[in-house]
Amino acid sequence: MKRPIDIDEELRMFDKPENIKRLLIIFFIASTVVILIDLVYHRHTVFAWEDYFGFYAVFGFVACVVLVIVSKYILRPLTMRKEEYYDD
Amino acid sequence: MINALPPATVLILGALPLLFLKGKAKGTWMLLLPILSFINLMALPEGSHWTFGFLNFEITLAKVDRLSLIFGYIFHIVAFIAALYALHVDDRIQNISGTIYAGAALGVTFAGDMFTLFVFWELLTISATFLVLSRRTKQAIGAGSRYFMVHVAGGLCLLAGIIIHVQTTGSAAFGYIGLESFASYLIFIGVGVNCAWPFMHSWLVDSYPEATITGTIYLSAFTTKTAVYFLTRAYPGTEALIWIGVGMAGFPIFYAVIENDLRRVLAYSLINQVGFMMVGIGIGTHLAINGAVAHAFNDILFKGLLFMTMGAVMYRTGKIRATDLGGLYKSMPWTCTFCIVGAASISAFPLFSGFVSKSMVMEAASHGDLRFVWFVLLFASAGVFHHAGIKIPFFAFFSHDSGIRCKEAPKHMLLAMGIAASLCIFIGCFPQFLYAHLPFATDYDPYSASHVISQTQLLFFSALAFTLLLLGGIYPAEMRSTNIDFDWTYRKGSRWLYKACGQLFDSINAFGDRVFMQELPKALARFVQDPAASIQKHGARLLSESTGDEGPLARRLAEAEYRTKNSAYPVGGGVFLAVIFLGVLSLFYMLF
Repeated sequence: MKRPIDIDEELRMFDKPENIKRLLIIFFIASTVVILIDLVYHRHTVFAWEDYFGFYAVFGFVACVVLVIVSKYILRPLTMRKEEYYDD
Repeated sequence: MINALPPATVLILGALPLLFLKGKAKGTWMLLLPILSFINLMALPEGSHWTFGFLNFEITLAKVDRLSLIFGYIFHIVAFIAALYALHVDDRIQNISGTIYAGAALGVTFAGDMFTLFVFWELLTISATFLVLSRRTKQAIGAGSRYFMVHVAGGLCLLAGIIIHVQTTGSAAFGYIGLESFASYLIFIGVGVNCAWPFMHSWLVDSYPEATITGTIYLSAFTTKTAVYFLTRAYPGTEALIWIGVGMAGFPIFYAVIENDLRRVLAYSLINQVGFMMVGIGIGTHLAINGAVAHAFNDILFKGLLFMTMGAVMYRTGKIRATDLGGLYKSMPWTCTFCIVGAASISAFPLFSGFVSKSMVMEAASHGDLRFVWFVLLFASAGVFHHAGIKIPFFAFFSHDSGIRCKEAPKHMLLAMGIAASLCIFIGCFPQFLYAHLPFATDYDPYSASHVISQTQLLFFSALAFTLLLLGGIYPAEMRSTNIDFDWTYRKGSRWLYKACGQLFDSINAFGDRVFMQELPKALARFVQDPAASIQKHGARLLSESTGDEGPLARRLAEAEYRTKNSAYPVGGGVFLAVIFLGVLSLFYMLF
């Protein structure tokens, strides 16, 4: 006999809201540290724009936002069909 | 004299005993085969072997050099891992086609001439098709048939190119071709089909997610990578490949973000990674070629690993859609860990394998001052982290709790994933072991402080964007859906073509039926009922039309009717006709 699942009892490390909050805070701090390295260390670069403060960080952030926005608001309306689209 | 066999033969002939082996013996034999094949390969010194004349051409069954060797190594490694992962599969069709498929890839890799290469190329297609078909669902049979047709079309294009190429150059040797003649374009396109170039890619995202759990591991490793090998040998430095690669690296990531089937997300990300290889081959410098080959090597491992983790999830839960999964880290902690290793590798985190190869292609692009290419690749790097690096592990193992509680993956699967994951970390930490086997000698060092910092910044802020978009509710919710791609043209388009052809030919048919089967016989029947009267009446009508005198028409028609009905022709008329007939006859006689 399978025991019915008790969600509250089964909550583990990554389900508890306070743990998620803690993880997020650590992550935000780490991100800040990573971008601040640019102040103290001069990266060796090939292109001029790579020298800007936080170039890679800003690029990564903007790229992902653009990616999601384009996918959600342009690609999905164009391509999304119901799951059985090809079956009938 | 060498005592080895041609590289492909061990796996292909070794598949025969699988017809009758059972249980443990079969499993052991399947695991042993890649090892035996590898020992056989080690016994082969560099150079050309088994060369003989066929018609007027030289056939070389094995040509061993640095480029073919490194592909040979990784194909053996993944063949072993895939066999281990598939140890539980008791389906002879899958066991045999998987083994032959790996053998065929080796055959292509070590082929010294175009004919040998083509034979193994087709064997790849056939054996791969069975890996898709043997899932035995309606979708798999459809996808498998489409897979087969697309690859047969590509294979024929390649064959046509090979024949023209061999005819014009007089040599069947497989080496540098370059994009010049008509034949070289045909070969280029034929290989491009296997490489999943844009607009020829949809077979991949169509069939791989429909294949069997273990079949997909084989599939993800061989077809595209043999094509990468082919292009590295035959078309290095071809500029078109840079732009093809940019397209491949760019567009699939948008699809991957909205796709719900997690194995299909990985299929899109496979195209994205092959795009990096295409750019490397297209740039063609030593650094770029090394980067492309190293990335192919790493991609086989981490993409195989990711497909294995998703396969394990599917094996235990029977589900693969992001909408049905979530919270599995409690039930499958090891699979989850391996998935994160694979995700970190494909995202090129420092100390993971993707980092040491992707950066070579990026660096080659920046050294060549290819600014636009560099930007697209950087965008693709951020994007791949977004969909393969975060989305796959997050939606399968974390996210909301789906309520699914299952067992951890079976031991042999965990072992296979563990080997792949260890290799990903090992190559990431000690890249020199991989670099030592690349086609060109290199002293490239990926672990410069600048590179590590910039990559870490890129990845952290990509993750930050994901987190904020998710918290802000902007991140597109997973939905059960089909996203139409280029295969729409032949999956829906063919139905329209069928309908259009039906209508065209049906209308021609109906027209023919009306004219030739109904109206014409009717008119003829009316005419021959009374031919003499019909001719006279027609003559009378013509006469009245030409003179414009309608008066005597009715009288003449009545006369003709009367005469024929009663056979009342004057005797003189008959005599007159007989005289004319005799006159014509004697005229003929006298003249000729």
